[in-house]
Amino acid sequence: MSGHSTYTPKSGFARWLERRLPILGFLHESFVAYPVPKNLNYLWTFGAILSVMLIAQILTGVVLTMHYTPETTLAFDSIEHIMRDVNWGWALRYAHANGASMFFLAVYIHIFRGMYYGSYKEPREVLWILGVVIFMLMMATGFLGYVLPWGQMSFWAATVITNLFTAIPVVGNSITTWLLGGYSVDNATLNRFFALHYLLPFVILAVVGLHVWALHVTGQNNPTGVEVKEMKKETLPFTPYATLKDSVGVAVFLLLYAWLTFFVPNYTGHPDNYIEANPLVTPPHIVPEWYFLPFYAILRAIPSKLVGVIALFASILIVAALPWLDTSKVRSGVFRPLFKKFFWAFVAVSVGLGYLGAQPAEGVYLFAARVLTACYFLYFLVVLPLLGKYEKTLPEPKSIAAALQSGESAHA
Amino acid sequence: MSNATKAEPNRRDILFIATGAGAAVAAGAAVWPLIAQMNPDASTLALASTELDISAIPEGQIVTVKWRGKPVFVRHRTKKEIEAAQNVSLASLPDPQPDSARVQKPEWLVVVGVCTHLGCIPTGHEGEFDGWFCPCHGSTYDTSGRIRSGPAPTNLEVPQYSFLTDAKIKIG
Amino acid sequence: MRDARGISTMIVSMMRRSAIGFSLSVALGAALPALASDGGHSQPKPPLQQWSFAGMFGRYDAAQLKRGFKVYKEVCSSCHSLQHLAFRNLAEKGGPQFSEAEAKAIAESYKIKDGPNDQGEYFERPGRLSDRFPPPFPNEQAARAAFNGAYPPDMSVLAKARGFSRGFPLFLADALPGFSYQEHGVDYIVALLNGYTDAPHGVELPAGQYYNVYMPGHRIGMPPPLSDGVVTYDDGAAQTADQYSKDVSAFLMWAAEPHLDERKEIGLRVALFLIVLSVLAYFTKRKIWEQAH
Repeated sequence: MSGHSTYTPKSGFARWLERRLPILGFLHESFVAYPVPKNLNYLWTFGAILSVMLIAQILTGVVLTMHYTPETTLAFDSIEHIMRDVNWGWALRYAHANGASMFFLAVYIHIFRGMYYGSYKEPREVLWILGVVIFMLMMATGFLGYVLPWGQMSFWAATVITNLFTAIPVVGNSITTWLLGGYSVDNATLNRFFALHYLLPFVILAVVGLHVWALHVTGQNNPTGVEVKEMKKETLPFTPYATLKDSVGVAVFLLLYAWLTFFVPNYTGHPDNYIEANPLVTPPHIVPEWYFLPFYAILRAIPSKLVGVIALFASILIVAALPWLDTSKVRSGVFRPLFKKFFWAFVAVSVGLGYLGAQPAEGVYLFAARVLTACYFLYFLVVLPLLGKYEKTLPEPKSIAAALQSGESAHA
Repeated sequence: MSNATKAEPNRRDILFIATGAGAAVAAGAAVWPLIAQMNPDASTLALASTELDISAIPEGQIVTVKWRGKPVFVRHRTKKEIEAAQNVSLASLPDPQPDSARVQKPEWLVVVGVCTHLGCIPTGHEGEFDGWFCPCHGSTYDTSGRIRSGPAPTNLEVPQYSFLTDAKIKIG
Repeated sequence: MRDARGISTMIVSMMRRSAIGFSLSVALGAALPALASDGGHSQPKPPLQQWSFAGMFGRYDAAQLKRGFKVYKEVCSSCHSLQHLAFRNLAEKGGPQFSEAEAKAIAESYKIKDGPNDQGEYFERPGRLSDRFPPPFPNEQAARAAFNGAYPPDMSVLAKARGFSRGFPLFLADALPGFSYQEHGVDYIVALLNGYTDAPHGVELPAGQYYNVYMPGHRIGMPPPLSDGVVTYDDGAAQTADQYSKDVSAFLMWAAEPHLDERKEIGLRVALFLIVLSVLAYFTKRKIWEQAH
């Protein structure tokens, strides 16, 4: 998309550089002149919030590695060393641990926003799929990082998750042994998990680059779901308009992040992870971090091991298929009365699965998890394809400009 | 590129194919060490066997020994437990296996103490069948270590072991 | 102005829409535990205590930590190690705040294994401030051999390694500003220390096991450690088992989280700063966006 202004280098050096590497012009086009629909609400600030969280995680993570030891007999102690002796160690470690939670909170809001306003629809399919790839990389990184403190939950999470691969017929056991570097989770496992936990964030950074690139090709969606028609009337330059609005979102989000880090730093954690890993004792009640709970509930809801594992992966991958599962011609949920109801029911199902993932898998909890798992998949496989065919949608505005005008007159 | 349309490969095509195949083999060979390094190393493989004196284990007790970083349960079964393990109709089992195929001497049951569902360690003398109960996802095993209910697909694994004497076994 | 209205209408409409979903999950959360009825693992929830260090403005009470340390030293330390804590910590800010001389004296009362010396031998010497608390047993196996197979856990992070959920919906309130509550671990320790009773009829305990209502499974290898008057306080505090249990739990909380005071102090400043920054950002944004219409 062509922007609001073109870059003209002012200083001599900038002119010199621009002829050799047009990076200043590229940055100007991407983050200054880039046109942003006027009618974006605050849910659209989560892209910026997520960028800030990614950078925060990388920075705190890199400095933590300067004090952490990835060795089974020392890992737990080195975390305590960070918490007690290292200057600002407690702050960095709590910020990194809670940063993961805040990162996932932001990504879930970002995903649900995309689902509500139909941001995955043509022509933004690749943008959406790249987002799902980032989400999966985040899950892998989060899991690997959770193993590093080498507490009881770390160890048993690693055991349970790597054992998922034993469900693969024939080669499952060999794959698991290969992943672990042994017959059980041990030093070789911790060491490679540390290496990968350090590597993956940079892979995420690269895919985020592609995600932003794809976004800047198609332009942003907006609450009306109607594409920009008149650049001058309907969009504003990214800087200062979007940058300042994003700053407000980021500042408020950081406030929440600081609250978690400084006042309830262990709220999202589990007490058992302050017990050093013991390969011979399984804690009575294993729970993953909260952001994995819905998927964990789906895994446990299914009595067959192989099908359970398939369902777990399918529940994530199916999100990538949204552009083709949602058949509606209308993009934004704002103009789809029936979709709205199903959407919020889906949100409730996801939250419900999260609650059940933390409960013991027995009795009524197990039954409820099965019902909600069915609902989860029905939403994607039945509700969305059928809604597009049978739903009576409301008339969409002719353009963003028209929507803005009617909005103003309605409030006047 | 006109060569590509010809049905028969000429000398230049063969040169291209050979070079391409050579490069692919070189790339594969270079990648293999990068992948294979993740398999268990020599020091891990060296921990292959463990010996255990079983004369001190009273009837009804389970002793846990570490083997390849995993627990192995050695259970001195009571008469009642042996009978319970033998008198089960195989058709009712998710993973049918007679007790006799799982033990060398009926009093001694040796199984890998790792739940076949997702690798947790079941607790002994618990669950409906008084065998083992897995705290993670609720699989129950009987006194022969066979899966009876819950998500685990197979019986507890019987490791390779042998009686060196009546009082000593070697696992692995 | 238009924008602020936009947000409020957005939030209101979202709340209305999410009301269905939310009430659904609330109903689910409230109904399920009642139906599940705990599956027979009945376990009373430890009562909440009053802690000086609870909440946003909570800080450790140095006098209480000093008393708690005395209880630890005279009662717990014969079985429980405290391996991550160093003697120097006793004199640090935000802790029991012993004077450096007092901390040094405490350190010297412990024997530390050191070596090898120039003869190649290991030897014992009095502790220094830089040393960590030595364990009462050379290793885990030695402790198990001495205690009937039970292993007294290390106490350095015990207060964070124990806890319980207050259940739905209170566990949500535990995170909220103004209601925040993070002291489940110490509540549990206090409850456990006072939770010894006779085993109910029909429950047989093996030798060396005791019955405790708050212990998962109710069986515990630790004999009741506290009784009135076993530790002498010199600051006039009540010398009761109840008081001991609270003091030693507070001490263990500090041992597990020695930077809590500093953390909350800095947290307040960070929060205040971010509030100001958010407000500034919001008004700057409004000023700029006025030009957009």
